[in-house]
Amino acid sequence: MKYIDEFQDPELARRLLDEISSTVTRPWALMEVCGGQTHTIIRHGIDQLLPEQVELIHGPGCPVCVTPLEVIDKALAIASRPDVIFCSFGDMLRVPGTGRDLFRVRSEGGDVRVVYSPLDALKIARQNPDREVVFFGIGFETTAPPNAMTVHQARRLGIRNFSLLVSHVRVPPAIEAIMRSPDCRVQAFLAAGHVCSVMGVGEYPALAERFGVPIVVTGFEPLDILEGVRRTVAQLERGEHRVDNAYPRAVRPEGNPAALAMLEDVFEVTDRAWRGIGVIPASGWRLSARYRDYDAEHRFCVTGIDTCEPAQCRSGEVLQGLLKPHQCEAFGTTCTPRTPLGATMVSSEGACAAYYLYRRLDIDKSAALEASPVG
Amino acid sequence: MCLAVPGRVLEIEERDGTRMATVDFGGVVKEACLEYLPDLQVGEYAIVHVGFALQKLDEESARQTLELFAQLGMLQEEFGDPWEMAAEAGGLPLPGADETSQEARP
Ligand code: SF4
Repeated sequence: MKYIDEFQDPELARRLLDEISSTVTRPWALMEVCGGQTHTIIRHGIDQLLPEQVELIHGPGCPVCVTPLEVIDKALAIASRPDVIFCSFGDMLRVPGTGRDLFRVRSEGGDVRVVYSPLDALKIARQNPDREVVFFGIGFETTAPPNAMTVHQARRLGIRNFSLLVSHVRVPPAIEAIMRSPDCRVQAFLAAGHVCSVMGVGEYPALAERFGVPIVVTGFEPLDILEGVRRTVAQLERGEHRVDNAYPRAVRPEGNPAALAMLEDVFEVTDRAWRGIGVIPASGWRLSARYRDYDAEHRFCVTGIDTCEPAQCRSGEVLQGLLKPHQCEAFGTTCTPRTPLGATMVSSEGACAAYYLYRRLDIDKSAALEASPVG
Repeated sequence: MCLAVPGRVLEIEERDGTRMATVDFGGVVKEACLEYLPDLQVGEYAIVHVGFALQKLDEESARQTLELFAQLGMLQEEFGDPWEMAAEAGGLPLPGADETSQEARP
């Protein structure tokens, strides 16, 4: 147990692990939904500390990873226009589109800027009234309210040279899609704590009931994950399937009402394609009709883009928990953080990147990696 | 980007009709919008995501989380220079930097 000393409270970690071990009587497969949780798990070796019967399956909760290639290509096309200042979070810079990424667009002269908050993009729009400022609005329920507020502010302040390229996704329909898949092995979910900080737990009881799965709202620190697993396994062993909040310090059952109201005002639910997975019904948001003027897709003609996914990349299976990253042929050889084939290798929350960073010695490919011409 | 970081409110002001705060994230000071937590007061802690306070947090958990993030280098990931980090991950020169200064780099 070489990792356990690194826990913030090793004694508590050990107690939680002991309790999980003494409760579990047969194999269970739990999915952690959030990419931040995946990183904690791999970084601290939590999957290796848990008893063998408890398997953690990595879920699709990395916003950078699930943004469809087509949207990335649209971003690249818009960012290349000389009249545009394209603003994005830093995580998107090296996500491969067809043939290039935002990093490359900037090298080629595009005005790509990284912002910390969408409000910074709005500020840039005010400072540059003769340019079009486009913000790349991706992310789950945690990021959508800030982006919604920014568009709302743009309209309120009468700023017209600002628009949003929107690709927001919602967790509950993804959970449903995973449970409906014929290959699904998931028996319970560790729900993403920060998504629930905004959304509350409202949509989960129906899902837990319909699919007979426990859903435990879990934070993303090492002890949070262990506590989430402990509560999930306890339910599974008792044959229960309830929604349980193991992250009450940040999650109120009702979520954040002000944020929910703004979401409702600015966005409307739409079908959305997830990279590598395909279209999931009602799994995304787009700007509602009142805000259509702020939709970059409407403002710039970016249709008819030819997208091309690298055939080798199996990130769709990774994101659905059907394949572990190191089982992908390209992992650590043709696909590394330096030369990523898929977004799951780029993003700091991507499962492939997590395995590469913290688990690369597990794979028998280090020789191939040394020999490969990358870098 | 997915990361939400706890921070302590240092100062609150109204700007363009929007409630904004200066927030301290374990030494890094940034602005945050308080429109989604209108009751938040100076001295209190909240979870902040992409410049928006989303949920109140008690001081003890906030401190613990910040300590952990600092240990794991996650504050650097969140607040460091994203171009430099992307260039480093990709083994690439920084885009937009001029040729001579690039060559002067070791
Ligand atoms: S290792 Fe690379 S190629 Fe394989 S699934 Fe992950 S991102 Fe795609």
